[in-house]
Amino acid sequence: MKKDKILISHGSGGKLMYSLIENIFLKKFKNEIIEKLTDSAVIEFDDFELCFTTDSYTVDPIFFNGGDIGKLSVCGTLNDLSVMGAIPLYLSSSFIIEEGFDIDLLEKITESMKRISDIAGVKIVTGDTKVVEKGKVDKIFINTSGIGIKDKNLKIGIENIKVGDVVIINGTIGEHGMAVLLSRNMFNIKSNIKSDCAPLNKLINEIIEIGGIKFMRDPTRGGVSATLNEIVRNQKFGILIYEDKIPVKEEVLSMCEILGFEPLNIANEGKVIIICDKKKSEEIIKRMKKNIYGKEARIIGEIVKNPEGKVIMETITGSIRIVDSPIGEQFPRIC
Amino acid sequence: MKYIQEYRKPEIQKKIIKEIQKYGSELRKRLNIMEVCGTHTMAIGKYGIRKIMPESINLISGPGCPVCVTPLNYIDKAIGLTKINDVIITTFGDMMKVPGSYSSLEKEKSNGSKIFVVYSPVDALEIAEKNKSKNVIFLSVGFETTTPSIAQTIKIAKDKKIKNFFILCGNKIIPPAMEFLLKEKDTEINGFLCPGHVSTIIGAEPYKKISEKYNIPCVISGFEPADILYSIYLILRCIIEGKAEVINEYKRTVREKGNLKAKKIINEVFEICDSEWRGIGKIENSGYKLKEEFSQFDAEKKFKIDVKYPEEKTGCICGEILKGKKKPFECPLFEKICNPENPFGPCMVSSEGTCSAYYKYEKR
Repeated sequence: MKKDKILISHGSGGKLMYSLIENIFLKKFKNEIIEKLTDSAVIEFDDFELCFTTDSYTVDPIFFNGGDIGKLSVCGTLNDLSVMGAIPLYLSSSFIIEEGFDIDLLEKITESMKRISDIAGVKIVTGDTKVVEKGKVDKIFINTSGIGIKDKNLKIGIENIKVGDVVIINGTIGEHGMAVLLSRNMFNIKSNIKSDCAPLNKLINEIIEIGGIKFMRDPTRGGVSATLNEIVRNQKFGILIYEDKIPVKEEVLSMCEILGFEPLNIANEGKVIIICDKKKSEEIIKRMKKNIYGKEARIIGEIVKNPEGKVIMETITGSIRIVDSPIGEQFPRIC
Repeated sequence: MKYIQEYRKPEIQKKIIKEIQKYGSELRKRLNIMEVCGTHTMAIGKYGIRKIMPESINLISGPGCPVCVTPLNYIDKAIGLTKINDVIITTFGDMMKVPGSYSSLEKEKSNGSKIFVVYSPVDALEIAEKNKSKNVIFLSVGFETTTPSIAQTIKIAKDKKIKNFFILCGNKIIPPAMEFLLKEKDTEINGFLCPGHVSTIIGAEPYKKISEKYNIPCVISGFEPADILYSIYLILRCIIEGKAEVINEYKRTVREKGNLKAKKIINEVFEICDSEWRGIGKIENSGYKLKEEFSQFDAEKKFKIDVKYPEEKTGCICGEILKGKKKPFECPLFEKICNPENPFGPCMVSSEGTCSAYYKYEKR
């Protein structure tokens, strides 16, 4: 790594972060479980698999349109377990709180965690609290870890993906990142964009029964483009998506135009990308549409032979262009 | 009305493309059409417009990315300013990663310098009002689109008698750069896709002189793919009919005379000067500086800035790219050494730079 200091961009889910994982963390922690770089670690037992994952949450502001840091910390970890095909069971919650933080707000945050975990049917069973001096953290940071159980016979992994499989998404993209950004009130723009933050475990469990699912991942930081690029990385296939099939709300699209962002690169917290057998896709989508978090489920693309290891998009002009992983922090443009 | 999605219906795009192809087949020689503005460059990449052009139409990118043409010396000065005690630098986000001779603002920020990204110069002024014990400097770059809001901010600062707000002025004017390129010997430009945002301020008039003098069609274009395609079609129609016209395709936003109020306020605060464009050189009457009566806000007058002689990295052909003479693929550094994570030249660093657009959307 040429840059010798951590930059904000190292945490943005793009290529820089990947290089940090590869050159620092994987190098030191390397073992047969972590090296798979899946959303959750999979630990094999005789008659089942245990999925285990952890995630830390920092968000500014801690309350935003459509959610708060507590809701985020439960949904994010739940979803990381769910996309592995696991049934999430138990979560831990660990708080690092800045001296002077309002206890009222802490109650609000924990109330929101409780509500979402009840809806999702998981229990928060252990936790930890640290308080640090004013200025050492920004208000509150939360870490949650989660475990879930997975059927040994359920084969979900990139290695199962074949040319001809289709790419499905459960709804409109870009809302979480945009809602958080707008909640900062930097731009003096009023908008109704709400974070899509949601627990996806029930939606996913319902469709797993149908069969034909090859791989799933939640397109959080770095958005859909980062996730699709992670899927094709070093693979003998590529992904072709269709611009006119990608669901984006008009408000999100407008904000993207104003700020110079692309919806494909913006974080989601209630979305899942599903790669499945084409033959099963119709049934999967039909089932998804019955769930509140899958109402706008649709096919947005397919697995193609060429170009290997790349994501391409047929644009609305009928032309083809590359869809790259976003690089570093997204900054609004000048004009 | 869904005012974005309506414009993006695939049927609309395909209909215009068909017309472009029809004209394309009538052309006797290959034409170079230059999009001046970086936002057009991005849109052309993003919608794959370059690739669907007929063989006879070559879309080349121009110098209209404000970050790209901000000279190295300016970046070095900005970095120099971060080293002064009690200084807060405020900047548009795109400037953060631009490499100067020795460092970038992003790196200086991670070293502890006080640098804040703002969306508008007014936000920078607010920071100054809230931090009376600090000197707040706004990195004032951009074309005619951004200059009015900076001028307005300066006026507010003067009215409110704010003493701790300054700008490092690097604002530029687009039409002189277009004319400069037409005078270049080995560049052939057959039509201009004129910048929509800039034209919102300056109107259509400044292009008329260029169009008449150099016998070249100029079409002011919006930024939707349908706008760009239709503007290309209009340029082709002009060429085939042998007319050098200025056409305003972006009528829903651009008025013939531009934004009079914005132009007035620019003229109140700024005066025209020669200006250095990164990779291109000095262009006469292509920049702004603060008028004498506002010189109290000039960071260069207030602070002594120590900068070494700027050092441009060797091998980078950003200059040729900004003039439309070469394409990023012709640069030996492109993709191999120079990429958005480790940008060598300005065209790669800016989100609207030509190299960045090619890297993002068009690399093989």
